[in-house]
Amino acid sequence: MTTLPSKTEKKLGLVIDLDTCVGCHACVVSCKGWNTQNYGAPLSDQEPYGADPSGTFLNRVHSYEVQPLADSAKVQPAAQLIHFPKSCLHCEDAPCVTVCPTGASYKRTEDGIVLVNESDCIGCGLCAWACPYGARELDQAEGVMKKCTLCVDRIYNDNLPEVDRVPACVRTCPAGARHFGDLGDPDSDVSRLVADRGGMDLMPEQGTKPVNKYLPPRPKDQMDRSAEATQGEGDIDVLAPFLAPVAEEPKGFLGWLDRTLEKI
Amino acid sequence: MHPAPSVIVFTTLSGLGFGLLFWLGLGLPAVTGWTAFAFFAIAYLLAVGGLMASTFHLGRPERALKAFTQWRSSWLSREGWASVATLLVMALFGAGLVFADASWQPLGLLGAALALATVFATSMIYAQLRTVPRWKTPLTPALYLSISLAGGALLAGQVAMALVLLPVAAVMQVLWWARGDRALSESGTNLATATGLGSIGAVRAFEPPHTGTNYLLREFVHEVGRKHAQKLRILSLVLGYALPVVLLLLPFTHVFALVAVLSHLAGVAASRWLFFAEAEHVVGLYYGKRAA
Repeated sequence: MTTLPSKTEKKLGLVIDLDTCVGCHACVVSCKGWNTQNYGAPLSDQEPYGADPSGTFLNRVHSYEVQPLADSAKVQPAAQLIHFPKSCLHCEDAPCVTVCPTGASYKRTEDGIVLVNESDCIGCGLCAWACPYGARELDQAEGVMKKCTLCVDRIYNDNLPEVDRVPACVRTCPAGARHFGDLGDPDSDVSRLVADRGGMDLMPEQGTKPVNKYLPPRPKDQMDRSAEATQGEGDIDVLAPFLAPVAEEPKGFLGWLDRTLEKI
Repeated sequence: MHPAPSVIVFTTLSGLGFGLLFWLGLGLPAVTGWTAFAFFAIAYLLAVGGLMASTFHLGRPERALKAFTQWRSSWLSREGWASVATLLVMALFGAGLVFADASWQPLGLLGAALALATVFATSMIYAQLRTVPRWKTPLTPALYLSISLAGGALLAGQVAMALVLLPVAAVMQVLWWARGDRALSESGTNLATATGLGSIGAVRAFEPPHTGTNYLLREFVHEVGRKHAQKLRILSLVLGYALPVVLLLLPFTHVFALVAVLSHLAGVAASRWLFFAEAEHVVGLYYGKRAA
């Protein structure tokens, strides 16, 4: 059935930290690698070595520039560059599920993961039309809809070491910017992270109630404080103690060598 | 949105075909025998031809029958049921007219209601999508129904009805465009809400995820030149409504009637092309493709 469950036992999802993401695209690569070899049809590429390459990806990283407004404290604030990974948000009120004419798209009652039963998908594309986030892509070779499975074939996989039982993107992220857990449990690590850091929804006005949350970037630095605010402080005073030479004069054998060579 | 020819052909032709079936179901014109056969043949060619075209954009057309399963939740599935029910009921009604010289009125009225339900279901496939603010309005079903009724009246030779319904459809079209041009900015969805970064400052798309294109860009981020669109809108109004009305007001000849129908069809097809080509899907925001 493509009606949505009224309630799911768990709300498995991701918390993505926009403060720490460095935009390396490792999650994109590991996602494509895992999901092209496991659950469902492979993620095909068209003309991968040709003039106009394109392909199916379940996770893509955008980059945005944000220009803060000037105020009296910051006359000319520096623009921030924010890397922005985006995959399926496993919405509670997933519009992609209810539009499906065949019942191929469904949301699991046990953990809230939104999946596609590929043998039922007719490739009409309507679910991708209904998704505001661009999380679904019609595979051009297979003719069926592909989307993030939250690595359902990893997270419950007893054949993997326990440390690997998280989505491939989370496992690979070198910056620790992606976190996986149950967002329905207020005491879980991810829920506490969301509470501490003010985790937010994307496009809340679309009414999709996404499970995945994004942690907003924190203020980066104090470079733009006005002259008054920085008066009496050296430009690099915070780091200066660490940059000071640890030994002014060489001692011992090197000291003798230094002095001897000076005399020549 | 990408204006896929299969979907434009489908909504244009089947809309006209089901519009004609509506009038035939009402017994307007009250035809029997071979005349009835000709009318029903035209209606079925348009309706079924349109439905066949709609399967061309499927990735897996061989599984199309599965689309009948989810009528409880999916407008696409409901459209499938409504269209098949209309075609079956009207086939019985038409058989009565053609072969038995009998007009089984209750069947005709049921068929007419189902024909309208089909057009309504088609329009709701688009009108339900919050992701395309231009479509997400009760005006969309109103537009589809008024065009279908007007075109059907034109094909059914109901001149008096067509002279009322064609201008009504034209007014709906203009209202729909006027509202549609403000829809995205009034929807409240923009790059600031899409990224959640609006509280920091002005957001600008700096780098897309890939240097090349992808399915999302091909399907949802089709952009049409504004100047081009305005010309097509005028062309659509002139061909779709003004010219047919003028031709209907002139003394009746079959040539004028045929020209009126073809002109209407061309006008509606242009309008349908714009319906898709001008529609802004909010995913384009992530790619910096929408002026917020």
